[in-house]
Amino acid sequence: MEWFLANSGMVFSRAGEHLVLALIPMVLGLLISVPLGQLARRNRTLRTLVVTASSLLYTIPSLALFIILPPILGTRILDPLNVVVALTIYAVALLVRAAMDAFDSVDDDLRMAAVAMGFKPAARFLQIDLPLSLPVLFAGLRVVSVSNISLVSVAALLGVGNLGILFTDGLQRAFVTEVVVGIVAILLLALIMDTALVLLEKLLTPWTRASALAARQASEQDAKAGKTIADTHVHAEVER
Amino acid sequence: MAEAMIEFQSVTKQYQGGQPAVDGLSMSIGKGAITVFVGPSGCGKTTSLRMINRMVEPTSGTITVDGRDVSKEPAARLRRSMGYVMQSSGLMPHRSVLDNIATVPRLNGVSKGVARKRAAELLDVVGLASALGKRYPSQLSGGQQQRVGVARALAADPPVLLMDEPFSAVDPVVRDELQQELLRLQRELAKTIVFVTHDIDEATVLGDKVAVFAVGGKLAQYAAPEEILRAPANDFVASFVGRDRGFRHLAFNAAESIRVHPVKTVEAPELAAENREWAVVLDAGSRPLGWASPRDGTGLIPGGSLFRRGDTLRRALDAALSSPSGLGVVVDDDGKLAGVLKAEEVLALIEETRHYREDAT
Repeated sequence: MEWFLANSGMVFSRAGEHLVLALIPMVLGLLISVPLGQLARRNRTLRTLVVTASSLLYTIPSLALFIILPPILGTRILDPLNVVVALTIYAVALLVRAAMDAFDSVDDDLRMAAVAMGFKPAARFLQIDLPLSLPVLFAGLRVVSVSNISLVSVAALLGVGNLGILFTDGLQRAFVTEVVVGIVAILLLALIMDTALVLLEKLLTPWTRASALAARQASEQDAKAGKTIADTHVHAEVER
Repeated sequence: MAEAMIEFQSVTKQYQGGQPAVDGLSMSIGKGAITVFVGPSGCGKTTSLRMINRMVEPTSGTITVDGRDVSKEPAARLRRSMGYVMQSSGLMPHRSVLDNIATVPRLNGVSKGVARKRAAELLDVVGLASALGKRYPSQLSGGQQQRVGVARALAADPPVLLMDEPFSAVDPVVRDELQQELLRLQRELAKTIVFVTHDIDEATVLGDKVAVFAVGGKLAQYAAPEEILRAPANDFVASFVGRDRGFRHLAFNAAESIRVHPVKTVEAPELAAENREWAVVLDAGSRPLGWASPRDGTGLIPGGSLFRRGDTLRRALDAALSSPSGLGVVVDDDGKLAGVLKAEEVLALIEETRHYREDAT
């Protein structure tokens, strides 16, 4: 604790770097995956390709990717861009599948109704498909957020600044406190991000709670009706 | 027949390597009337409907709406000029009821405020409380959702309404209500409505004209519902219309001249043990509650359907046949007992109507 208090400034700035390195690829991944998922859903060949590629990409070890990328991108090994590109690839691998599932989850009858009302394709996608995909998309985003936050720490092995530095440094100096602070900080960061995503989803999808409420009320009403039937049944028994 | 609003000219729709879904359809649909497409599944009735707003493109032939060839119109604009109601309400779950209704005006560039104001008026037109406007569709019952679907179709005040089995997913009581509501609306709005159903009863209740489709996308008969029931054009129509067609046909004749007989009555609290004949049990407002039987005068036996003065022969016969006493209960407009009618007299009246028609032709 004393060590943490003495070094809190450093821990916070590492956490900031960590967050940025995790967030940027998530946003980029989302921006790539949504149109890619929509295209892949309509084209069978592209769909097979995307599904296979996304599974394969995710099997590449992150450390290997961090090392392969610099020669391909022409960047220095310490460049944070390597981390951003690598994590974006992972994010796309996860999110493109989520995006396809999300779009599949939209009711086809509703799409047809939209066409019948005279929506043009782009307007339909933005006003109907996209908002209704949000719950499934957010489920994917939460996985990516946790996965990115844990993967960023691997980049510390290359010396790219983030909370992972606390591990490499702590291990070299055989200083356990620093490692523990690193672990706790990463856990907290993941929790905060997850909470933020949950709140954002709630904000963006107010109708899902209304539906859940309606479903609960309906089942409660059914339960009540069931009870009255049971009651009258008992009365009938008594009268006999 | 009234002026034509929609015309099919030898329209054929053929899907790859299959039988034609619609085969050489030529018909003209009257302005301001309800035209019902009815037929078994796979008869091309829905395909025909969807060719009107180009959800399906015909393989050959032309369709005109108000004299204009639909294939020459931009699809989105054409669709916005027609209301569309489908079986599943097709409401957008992420938008409030008001915003759902306002959809097409918004697509047409009407401002949000104006569109919502119009939507609120429409809630009232389709018989929904204005408080429902702020809810999401999932918070409404199936019947209410269907009403919202109708309101949405009316929002841009289109001259044409396309209705694709709109009431087939709701329970029979609600369906009946929605049908009556549609007829009431139509009396006020006089839209050109094309209505698809597989239910011949619904077709005869709603249609000013009924088009019966046969499997293979051929038009088997296109006539007033009364004529389809009375004189089916061929065996297919006769079998599709069904065994009860004679009974259904009675719905087109008013039982104006039916005799109403007096009947013994008892007030509900005085259900006596002594009772020699069937008596109608009345409440304090002399509305019928049911019957007291001559054998067991103490029990209230539920009555059959009620015949209101001015109802059809079908209702008259049903009132007599569904009554435990064999006497159909007649009520006046306030629901007060007017007397009873007898099945044999209804039958005599039916026979009389038939003779009258024979003489006329």
